[in-house]
Parts: sequence; structure tokens; C-alpha cells
Amino acid sequence: MSDDQRISVAKTYKLYVGGKFPRSESGRVYPVSDTKGKFLANAAHASRKDVRDAVVAARKAFGGWSSATAYNRGQVLYRVAEMLEGRRDQFIAEVSASEGATAKKAQSLVDTAIDRWVWYAGWTDKIATVLGAANPVAGPYFSFTVPEPTGVVGVLAPQRSSLLGLVSALAPVLATGSTAVVVSSAERPLPAITLSEVLATSDLPGGVANILTGKASELGSWLAAHGDVNALDPTGAAPEDRAGLAREAAGTVKRVLTVPDAEPDWTATPDIARLRRYLEPKTVWHPLGV
Amino acid sequence: MGIFDYAPAPESRAIANLKPHYRPFIGGEFVDGSGEPLKTVNPATEEVLAEVNTASTADVDTAVKAARRAYDRVWSKMPGSERAKYLFRIARLIQERSRELAVLESLDNGKPIKESRDSDVPTAAAHFFYHAGWADKLDYAGLGPNPKPLGVAGQIIPWNFPLLMLAWKIAPALATGNTVVLKPAETTPLTALVFAEICQQAELPPGVVNILPGAGDIGASLVEHADVNKIAFTGSTDVGKLIQRQVAGTAKKLTLELGGKAANVVFEDAPLDQAVEGIVNGIFFNQGHVCCAGSRLLAQESIVDELLAKLRHRVSTLRMGDPLDKNTDIGAINSAEQLAKIKGLVESGESEGAQRWTSPCPVPDKGFFFAPTVFSDVHQSMRIAREEIFGPVLSVLTFRTPDEAVTKANNTPYGLSAGIWTEKGSRILWMANQLRAGVVWANTFNRFDPTAPFGGYQESGFGREGGRTGLEAYLDV
Amino acid sequence: MTATTATSPQTSAAETPLPPALQDATRDDASLRRFLRGLPGVDQVGVEQRAAGLATRSIKKAAKLWAIDTAISMVDLTTLEGADTHGKVRALAAKAKRPDPDRPDTPQVAAVCVYPDLAATAVEALEGTGINVASVATGFPSGRTSLDIKLADVKIAVDAGAAEVDMVIDRGAFLEGRYGQVFDEIKAIKAACGPAHLKVILETGELATYDNVRRASWLALLAGGDFIKTSTGKVSPAATLPVTHVMLQAVHDWHAQTGELRGVKPAGGIRTTKDAVRYLVAVHEVAGEQWLTPHLFRFGASSLLNDLLLQRRTQADGHYSGPDYVTVD
Repeated sequence: MSDDQRISVAKTYKLYVGGKFPRSESGRVYPVSDTKGKFLANAAHASRKDVRDAVVAARKAFGGWSSATAYNRGQVLYRVAEMLEGRRDQFIAEVSASEGATAKKAQSLVDTAIDRWVWYAGWTDKIATVLGAANPVAGPYFSFTVPEPTGVVGVLAPQRSSLLGLVSALAPVLATGSTAVVVSSAERPLPAITLSEVLATSDLPGGVANILTGKASELGSWLAAHGDVNALDPTGAAPEDRAGLAREAAGTVKRVLTVPDAEPDWTATPDIARLRRYLEPKTVWHPLGV
Repeated sequence: MGIFDYAPAPESRAIANLKPHYRPFIGGEFVDGSGEPLKTVNPATEEVLAEVNTASTADVDTAVKAARRAYDRVWSKMPGSERAKYLFRIARLIQERSRELAVLESLDNGKPIKESRDSDVPTAAAHFFYHAGWADKLDYAGLGPNPKPLGVAGQIIPWNFPLLMLAWKIAPALATGNTVVLKPAETTPLTALVFAEICQQAELPPGVVNILPGAGDIGASLVEHADVNKIAFTGSTDVGKLIQRQVAGTAKKLTLELGGKAANVVFEDAPLDQAVEGIVNGIFFNQGHVCCAGSRLLAQESIVDELLAKLRHRVSTLRMGDPLDKNTDIGAINSAEQLAKIKGLVESGESEGAQRWTSPCPVPDKGFFFAPTVFSDVHQSMRIAREEIFGPVLSVLTFRTPDEAVTKANNTPYGLSAGIWTEKGSRILWMANQLRAGVVWANTFNRFDPTAPFGGYQESGFGREGGRTGLEAYLDV
Repeated sequence: MTATTATSPQTSAAETPLPPALQDATRDDASLRRFLRGLPGVDQVGVEQRAAGLATRSIKKAAKLWAIDTAISMVDLTTLEGADTHGKVRALAAKAKRPDPDRPDTPQVAAVCVYPDLAATAVEALEGTGINVASVATGFPSGRTSLDIKLADVKIAVDAGAAEVDMVIDRGAFLEGRYGQVFDEIKAIKAACGPAHLKVILETGELATYDNVRRASWLALLAGGDFIKTSTGKVSPAATLPVTHVMLQAVHDWHAQTGELRGVKPAGGIRTTKDAVRYLVAVHEVAGEQWLTPHLFRFGASSLLNDLLLQRRTQADGHYSGPDYVTVD
């Protein structure tokens, strides 16, 4: 039997929450197509209750992830990069299908995404040195400032850049020691789903990253208003929705990333601005005496 | 009458150079504001100190335009090394006029002269000295090469540390190359307007600093103004949320320094006498009008009785009265409104079953005063354990284990500051790590320094003031 | 406000049995060590800040006059020189009786403090004045001699009529952690004092840390010292405000636990009225008002008295006085 005669196994993917792959509690799924309209798979259509469950999972995971040594977090994230590399061909195919990119372009995007993950993995045990300080206060005290992870971050992942944009948004959250609830690109979720599978089989503790497929327009405000979410990346929200999300976020004084109206060029070399957004400088004082 | 009654030792109020009228400062000149004039009151006597001409929404626009002009034509083009010299001048002038500023601050705010003299004013000068040095060294701030200012900064400050909060706001803004429109609190505008004189004395280019006295509506129109690039606010969490909402969806950069309900955690192995000092300083400094006040004392159960006995003895020695008396420890509550709020929360504490103890110190007949009060048998569910009282009222809770202490300390939407008292080094570092607060004082409390970043987690706001980190709030990075 | 004058101290140490916890502390060497090491630590920065804060109290007018007279009445007028002579001691006694001959309303000092061999001279010169003779003893100032000789030293002083004995603790033993030995020695000397009151000099400058000052204070109180005293005056630093704070806190806490009032004596380095007033403010606010009496607080000093007298004149006359108007003795 040749390939074109074989009936392929149609896939219905699930969500990634707390290290497990549950269906949406709503039972909803939606079809995902490539840019030419060809059916690729069914994705779970996450609901507000899935957001709720994902935030619970992210909060539960925060204590362990944030208190893991920076070296350990770096190792875990680097291991993820190794596994991304192992799935390189699958990602290239999915990015190509999702974004309508040529094979060459898709390959370049995937390679950049993997490299970006490696870049952020290397930051875990350096960012505190770069952003922390010993404060030369005018008195008999030792005072130091250390950046600490902000907590649970809601990430509305970029709608266009299905893998590189997603990685550029998620990796800095994880590198700081924060945990994430991600709403993937609605129309281009397959690389996010594959990333979930990578994360699930990596050493990343369950709940540190939670990936929901669904609509930012539907789920964004649940994340923005959630009392147990500390920060929000509204990149994946429609520009006209962002002000509303930011207003809802104000109810709990969330950190809301300022993002450009149009999706940025993710291939540009990043700086540490995204890391800074998810870090809370903590200043500690102690007297010096005998 | 005790055998050793300290005779009154008042600082002369003439030093304040109090004037009958004060006016807004826009474009380098004192001008008539078109808002409703307000009368600022001495909270210790309830007498009117001066009439202050306030800004209107139209004046906000004039001030923002002046700031924009100064930014475009002068300040953003000036080399950092030159900006620095203006800041150094301002720092010196604050020192030179320190007695005047201290007395005026105590008159207008009600805080004891020893605090305005020894803490507020010198720390304000220190902030200008510190930030002056940054003006030509921003490339070294770790925020990337050649960081750029934002433009016009709108700044709104509270009444609890009028001059010091002004310094926390204006010094970093100017050092990074921004121009400023600042609104002091409605009840404490005077030192900000003397600061405006200092800007003139320093020959600061017109428009670089503009000061607009007024009420909350003026703050709101400053936040709304389309040509403001940055909003910095210190004040209540409620107003902070309103501002965050207002700014939502705009390109304005925002930093908020809001309320707190700090836990001051005392372990059984603490240096107890100094812990008592720290507790007293934590909650009775500035009448408890401190966002980072240690308003929740978490005492280990094994020592709570001993600690409370020592604390009550110590609190009984606090002297409440005339803010200008050099021996006054507790001055006046800033306003009748704030006093009513404190009284309301204290009543709730009593009706919810907490044990109230109030210092037997005499309470002056006139003015807004509230005697230092300690509530014991307080539980997490009571309002006095959750709401910011912003007054000289301490809530005492207990814990059994370090984990319980952390859990209770973190059980609040706030996260500004925390205290730890123990002689065990590893426990200090562990606790400091666990506490979700922007500032952690171990075996000390309420220390501030321009080199040490200050700011909150969660609903205590975002952004930092002070240190290298504090520059980020005023740079496009 | 009236200044009290020195008479014999109103309470004597260890008249009533100690509470069980404190009795248990002195059961044996190990208990004593456990107890002293179990005392809360003293944070250096915290106590120094508190002392500096209290030192900013502004004492004016009537309060200042009261403080000056009270401070005069608390002075242990001291001469502890190798060159001391009978004549020097008699001159000092005369000054103690009439600190300011032009101003007969000036209070007398509390005591005259001398070496044991001169105690008899001082006793004779002060007979009937109500001014006590205090004698240093126990191999002052180093204390580096045997217990027998220390006891003999005390006997000389007591036999000569000294009403107060200022002993030094064995700092070597203390720093080696032999608290029991220090305790036993203080007890033995207290017994040798008989009715004389015992001031225990901790020599805080050699103890180096506030934790040690607190432990030594409690050790001396447990052993029966009527007063705890900072220093011999021969070691620098001698008395400081924060050290005195720690000791005042100790007598306050001792009183809270036992009901007994014990005294504190800073000695050495207190030279000005301003300093003395700061100490009185500390007594007032750290220990409590009831310690504001010569029975419970003394200044070990020599030159302080003249500055108090000068300031007293300034307060009374409304203009500054000069050193030629007070006597040099």
C-alpha cells in the first residue's frame, strides 16, 4: 500500500495543564487548517474553566520552580532545547504548514527558536548577577537586591509566529523562575501542541508551563482579571482588545507588558527586557555588627 | 507628673518662613492657578497655615506644554554631565535650607520635627546627590547602551513624606533626562512649593520642573494628558488601580508605589530589645503613615507575652504632642479624614474581638491625634489584620513555626515590605527568600537609602525607586 | 521636681529568694552557662541607634536644672591615681560636701570613691555628712590576683568604714566562659562586704560585645551585686551610652522578674553636663523613672562635677560661667 492510499490517523489534540494532557472541560474542539485551508488536526478549544485549572497548576508549580537552583532551571531548560532539536523536522513541517512558510524559511525559524530557547536557558544563573546589586547604603548595613520571579504569568502567545514567537514569549517567563499559562495562537496551534509534548517529556516539572489552545479573545480577559495571576503578556490579543485587558489587569495591579501594535520581528536578537518584566527586585537589609 | 518632665523644647516656627499665599510653579515662574484655592491646615492645631492657589485642568495643560518645551529645547539635549550639576546644586540647596524645610514639613504634615529634621529632609537631599551622579553614567546602568529618557513625567505624590516623596520622584526623572509635572498631595503642598523656589535658586531651566498643587482631579487630568509619557504614582492601592486603568492601552510608562500590610516577624531567638525598637519604629514612625509600616506583628507564640510586656513598656515612653517639640515622638495625624479612618478601623478591631491596649500618654486637646495602640489576639480574618490602617495602630498575631510565619506573612494581596527578627543567619536568609515583599528588613526596620531599590510586589505596585533598578522607571528600556 | 540626696541604698540585693527560673540558673556551672547563653542577643546597630536617638532629647529650663542637681547628687566623686595622697582625698571630701561654696543650695555628691588604703581618710573627712565612702577593691583595676588577696582588699576597705565597695570581675575567666568562677567570686566578695553595698565593675571595654555586657550584667545581678558598673576608668572605651542602655535594660528586666531594684553606674569618660543629661534621659526612658535616684544610679566621675557646677551657674545666672569660678579639687 502506497502512502497516498493510506488513510492517515486524524489527530485531535488536547490541552497541556499541570503536566498532563486533559481535554477541554468544555469538550469543545476546533479544526486547524494550514494557510491554504487544508485540514491539519483538531485542537482542543479551551474554556475559562481550563484557564482556571491551568492557573491552579501554575501556582502549585511556582514554589518548586522558583526555588529550584538557577543552575537546575538552566539544565532543565537546556534539556528542553535538546529535545526541540530532536523534533526539529516535525517543527519545520508544522511551522511551514501553519505559517505558509517555505521549507527553508520554516527551517530558519525553527533553528532560531531552538537557539533562542538555548539563549534563555543560559540566562537562569546569570540574570541575578546582572540585575542584582549590593547597595552601598549610608549606614552600618549590608543591603542587597536580588531579582525574584514575579509568579504566575499569563501569556497570550503571538498569533502569527507559531513557534519562534511562542518561544520568545514563553522561555523568558520560565527562565526567571516564573510559571506560565499560555494561550497559543488560535489558528496556528500545532507547534505549540508539539512544544507541549516536548515539555511533557522533558524534566520541566508539571504545571510550570501550561499551554492552552483556544482564542485569546475569549480567554484573555479571564487571565487578565484572575486574582492569582501576577503578570500578563498581551502580545496575542488583538490590538483593539489590549486596552481592555490592561484595564482588567489593573484590578489586581498586574504587571502588563507593553507590546507593539503589530507583531514584532521575532528573528531580531532579543535583549533582557522580557526577563526584567517578570522579575521583582527584592531589597534585603541587615545590620553589620558584632 | 513625673519627676523628670521634659520642659517644652519647640523649634521656632519662624524658621519655616511661612507665607500667607502659595502659588503653582509652571515654566519656571510662580503663577496664579485657576483652580479653587485651598487652605492648608496645621493638623496639630487645626489652624490654617496658608492659602494655596491650585491648578485647574487648563493649568495642567500649560504645565505639560512647559515641560514638553523644556524637554525638547533644553533638557533632552543637555549632556548628562551638565544635568548632573543642576541636581548637585539642588541637593546642596536642600541642605542649606534644611531647617526651613523641616519646620515647614512638620507644620504642614504634623510629623515630629526630629523626623523631618533627621530623616525626611536629609534623605531628600541624599536622593538628589545620588541621582546627580547617575546623569552622565546611564550607559553603565545595565539597561543597554545609550538609554533614552521618556519625555514628560507626570508625578503624583502622597502626604506622608511630602518632600521625600518629591525627591524620590524628581531626582531620578531629571537625572535620566525627563522633565516633570508634579502634583503634591492636597493637604501637604508647602514644601513642594519651597522646592520650586530651590529650582529657581539653582537656575534650573524653566519648565524642567513644574509643581501643581491641587486635589485628586488634577492628578487625574495629569494622568489623562495625552502628551505625558510617564506616570509615577505613590499613594493608595485604590487610586493606583484607577490610574492603572486610566493608563491602560496608552503608551505611557507607569510605576506605582502603593499600600502595604507588612508583617514584622519576631522569632523566639530574636534580639528582643532591638526587636521592640524595630516594632516601634516600624509602626509608630511618622504616626504609622508609612506604606511599608510593619503593621502586622507576627510573634512566635513562645515569646509573645514577654514581647508584648516589653513593647507596652516601650510604647508608654513615646511622647505624643506638638510636632515642633524636639522631644515629640508621635506627632499629629495628617487630617481629620485620616483620623476618622483610623478610628473606624480601631472600632472594627474592638468589635471583632481583638484586645486593645492604648498608650496612657496624654492626648492634646486640639489637633488630630491618635495615641499609639496595640491590638493583641488578632487573627488573619479581622479587618485590622488585612486592611491598611495608615496610623499608629499595631495588630499582633502569633505563629508557631517558620512555615506558618511565612504563610501568614504572605497571606495578603500586598507585598511591599516585611521584617524578620532572629539571630539565626540561615533562617534570616531563608525567610528573606520566602517572603513576597519588595523590601525585607532583617533585624532592623524602615531603613531607606537612595542606593537601595524600594517598591512592591503584587498590589503594592510595580517598579522600583532608588538604586540602579530605579532608573529603569524613567528610561525607554 | 526635687532632687533626692544620697543616703544608703533603699534595697539590698538578694534579700528575697529568687524566682525558680533564676534560682535554677545558678544551680551549677552548666546551668549558669545555659542561662547566660540563652539570654536574648543584643544587636549592636539597633542598640547604638536607640542610644543615639534618645541622645537627641532636648532638655531645657526647669528640666535641665533638675537634671543638673540630680546628676550632682549621683556623682561618685572619684580619685584613683597612683599619686593619690591623704591630702588629695581630704580635698576631694571637702569638695564633695560643698561642691560650689558660693552656692550653698548645691546638692552634695553621693559618694567619694578612693583606693582601700585611703578609705579611712575619706571616712574621717566625711563623717556625719551623709556622703558615702566608696572604695575600689579586688586588685583594682585589673583584678589579676588571687581570691584571697581580693577578699583581703575588700576587708581593708570595709574595716576602714567604706559603705560601698566597687569590685572588678575576672574578665579573663568571663571571656574563657568560666562563668561559675566569676559568679562564685562575686558571691564571696558580696559576703565579705557585709552591710556595705557592692558595685560590680564589668569593665565593658574589655568584654567587647553587647552580648557579653548583657551576660555579665545578669551574672553580677544573679551573684548579688547591688549595682552593676561599666568600667574602671582605666580601660578605653569606658562608659558609653549604648553599653549603659544594655545595663539599664538588665536592671529593668531584673526588676520585672524579681521585684528587686538594682543600680547602674557608668564610670569613666563622662565629662560634660550634656553627657550626664543624656544618661539621665536613658535612665528615665530605658530603666524607668524609679531609677532616677542616687540609690539606683551613679556617675563614676571626677571632672564631670565641675562642668555640672558651671552649667548650674549658667542656668541660674542667665550667662555663661568660667572655670575660675569653680574649684579645681
